[in-house]
Amino acid sequence: MSSPVIAVIVLFISLGYFFVGIRVTSGLAPNGMRYQSRPHYSGLFAALLAFLPSSFLLIVLSIGDDLVFQQLALNFVPETVSTTEDYKEIIVLAQIENVVNGINFGEQPEWVYQAAEAWQGWLSTSSILKTGSVIGLCLVGGFYGFLKLGPDFRSRNAVERIILLILASSSAIAILTTIGIVFSVVFESLRFFALVPVKEFLFGLTWNPQFEGAERAGSGQMGIATYGSVPLFVGTLLISVVALSVAVPVGLFSAIYLSEYASSRVRSIIKPLLEMLAGVPTVVYGFFAALTVAPFIRSMGMTVGLDVASESALAAGLVMGIMIIPFVSSLSDDVINAVPQALRDAAYGLGSTKSEAIRKVVLPAALPGVVASVLLAVSRAVGETMIVVMAAGLAANLSFNPLDAVTTVTSQIVTILVGDQEFESAKTLSAFALALTLIVITLGLNFGSLQIVKKYREQYE
Amino acid sequence: MSEPRKGIILPQVAVSRVNASLARRRASERRFRTYGRIAIGIALAFLFTLFVSIFTKGIPGFFQYYVTLEVVIDREKIDPAGDLSVQSLYDGDARGIIRSALYDATGAKGRSGRKAAGKLISLGAEQRLRQAILDNPSLLGKKVAMKFALDDDVDSFLRGYISRAVPEKDRRIDDTQIEFIEKLQRLQLISYDFSDYLIFGSASRDPEIAGIKGAFIGSMLTLAICLLLAFPMGVATAVYLEEFAPKNRITEIIEININNLAAVPSVVFGILGLAVFIAMFGMPRSIPLIGGVVLALMTLPTIIISSRAAIRAVPPSIRDAALGVGASKLQTVMHHVLPLAMPGMLTGTIIGMAQALGETAPLLMIGMVAFIVDIPGSVTDPGTVLPVQIFMWADFAERMFIHKTSAAIIVLLVFLIFMNAVAIFIRSRLERRW
Repeated sequence: MSSPVIAVIVLFISLGYFFVGIRVTSGLAPNGMRYQSRPHYSGLFAALLAFLPSSFLLIVLSIGDDLVFQQLALNFVPETVSTTEDYKEIIVLAQIENVVNGINFGEQPEWVYQAAEAWQGWLSTSSILKTGSVIGLCLVGGFYGFLKLGPDFRSRNAVERIILLILASSSAIAILTTIGIVFSVVFESLRFFALVPVKEFLFGLTWNPQFEGAERAGSGQMGIATYGSVPLFVGTLLISVVALSVAVPVGLFSAIYLSEYASSRVRSIIKPLLEMLAGVPTVVYGFFAALTVAPFIRSMGMTVGLDVASESALAAGLVMGIMIIPFVSSLSDDVINAVPQALRDAAYGLGSTKSEAIRKVVLPAALPGVVASVLLAVSRAVGETMIVVMAAGLAANLSFNPLDAVTTVTSQIVTILVGDQEFESAKTLSAFALALTLIVITLGLNFGSLQIVKKYREQYE
Repeated sequence: MSEPRKGIILPQVAVSRVNASLARRRASERRFRTYGRIAIGIALAFLFTLFVSIFTKGIPGFFQYYVTLEVVIDREKIDPAGDLSVQSLYDGDARGIIRSALYDATGAKGRSGRKAAGKLISLGAEQRLRQAILDNPSLLGKKVAMKFALDDDVDSFLRGYISRAVPEKDRRIDDTQIEFIEKLQRLQLISYDFSDYLIFGSASRDPEIAGIKGAFIGSMLTLAICLLLAFPMGVATAVYLEEFAPKNRITEIIEININNLAAVPSVVFGILGLAVFIAMFGMPRSIPLIGGVVLALMTLPTIIISSRAAIRAVPPSIRDAALGVGASKLQTVMHHVLPLAMPGMLTGTIIGMAQALGETAPLLMIGMVAFIVDIPGSVTDPGTVLPVQIFMWADFAERMFIHKTSAAIIVLLVFLIFMNAVAIFIRSRLERRW
């Protein structure tokens, strides 16, 4: 039976236990005593014992069987094949699995068919074992819970303990995600740094990944692959600087105007409009940048006699700046609003005008929060992907001129990892190393902004 | 005390100095206020330009040029096996039937004339004819007027993007074809109508028949998986952290973790999906299931953070009252706190889902960028999503794709605006203020 079918059966058995549990604990117990808990807790207890272990087993078996089969199938590979130079487990497994699934591309060697036949056998065996063990566990678990039900059994407390366990384990998902991210990135990065020295990656000035990792020595024909990431970081920096020089002044002044000058009616209209800028999908910004802004900037450059690349950093940065305006403005708005009115009143009392009060009292008081919001905007800009993929191009130029085409860390990650890839080549692995540095940078910015808020926040009250 | 001390000035002097500086200070006040207005003006101008640019390109994308032809549906020709099976229709000569109708209408003669005329009509026309016969077999043997999409080059010409002033060899439409188009126009056979291909067509390299149906269904499947995973897990985590978690080191680590995850760039979640689900577990690429899981992990922090805020907003008196009448801690949460916090949690979830719906980068990583013509029927069929479709179309060079891309963007934006409107509605109507 397939996994979804088993899941449905498990669900029905559990429901059955639920109703049986309710039925037997309704009314009085055989010895005339009242049950300690309400009937639905008894039902729930039996049902949870039936459902949870068996569904867990089902998930493990469904994911695990393929991995076991793959290891078993590799035994079929003859030594003459597995010892050759360009032997790749992934490719061999794909061959076998294609035959198993009835997809045939031409004639395969005999051992592939043998492995596929054995695989078919394992599939049917594992299907029977899976069905038997999961449904068996479900029945046994539920029956065990059912047996425990008695007048003295505190089923509500038991159910509450189980639910609490579920709640606690779901909060562990966040940790698991982090561990997953760290491991997937760190392991592949380590493999990359085994091929390419860390020093070359961090300080090298040319980025030119080639697919043949083996050709690094330089056979001449393939060109030499170089993995110096400096141009990517310079490109990222350049685009972020352009973006911030749009977003910070516009966002900050908007926040000041909205919180200090605007009437509540104006504010209630303008604020959602500004926040709409944050809700527009990044792919739409990318399209806008590539199709409207970049040609506009190019033709503007032409009229004043400047040579602007068709995929300039300026276009990508400008549009990215538009995107992060609301991050700066709404965070700064919150911080400015949090400055107590008493400070403003004191400034007015000393005879300062509104703008003087803002510049000399409110802004200095709100500065840590404003800086934190700018740092968050920077981390947003550094991690932004679609705009730069669509509008900034792929040319890894080491240039500080915003009119040139540059590339960024994120757009290289996307370019390298989209489509089929071999996990063995330095080119693929380099994307993971880039991702590692990206994570370090964004988390560092996030951490920095939290620290600034924590350290410099004034406590009024 | 008769001599004024250093630094202290007479009131009259002070007043005169203040008066002298007032004009300057008021001017700077006005300037400052103007800067604020300018900033808001710039931000709104950006927003306006963005929307105007998308809409002016996108609205024409909802329409395209069609030609109405009188096709003679010859039973022998279209259905050689005579059993009306799909195979038989594919073996039949639907193209020939349409072509001959086209030659009649245009009066195309000779090899080169017919070749030029044949290029006027979209390749999707044959499929439309076959489908019409499958839907309504009684059409067989009759002469019917049917509307077929014109080729995208013809479409571009009719929209005025291809100028007749350009030398013929540099044009994608030659003079014979222009002659034919003008003839069809005189006969009033060409119409500019709502593009049903955009909504009901699937992915195609031919812009005139490309549509968003497949991507839209892929988006819905992905979003469904994302919602099914992220909402229960997010709420459970928020409830645990707000109501049950002991104040210790582990809880603190979890909290820091969630805040950090919210700051991780979305593309990194795609790398997680690629490395864990595809490389490690050997799951297939491009399937909405993995897309949904990756997006769920990405939106989880958003949902957790807003759900926690909603739970925190429920006043302690509610909890005290429930505990006071003998409810257990879990009963208090399940029966009282959770229902009261639900509107806030839903708002956060909808905003998270809107984020997921517009997300592109992580889905590129797990291969949802593949060119897939079939419409996904389940979460394990390869598919793509709306933003990725937009990304792919944006790369194509044909002029008509610009319009189709913008039209797809409009569809996406309409959904996002709708979701956000629902969130605002829930927030304003159902959320209780204490």
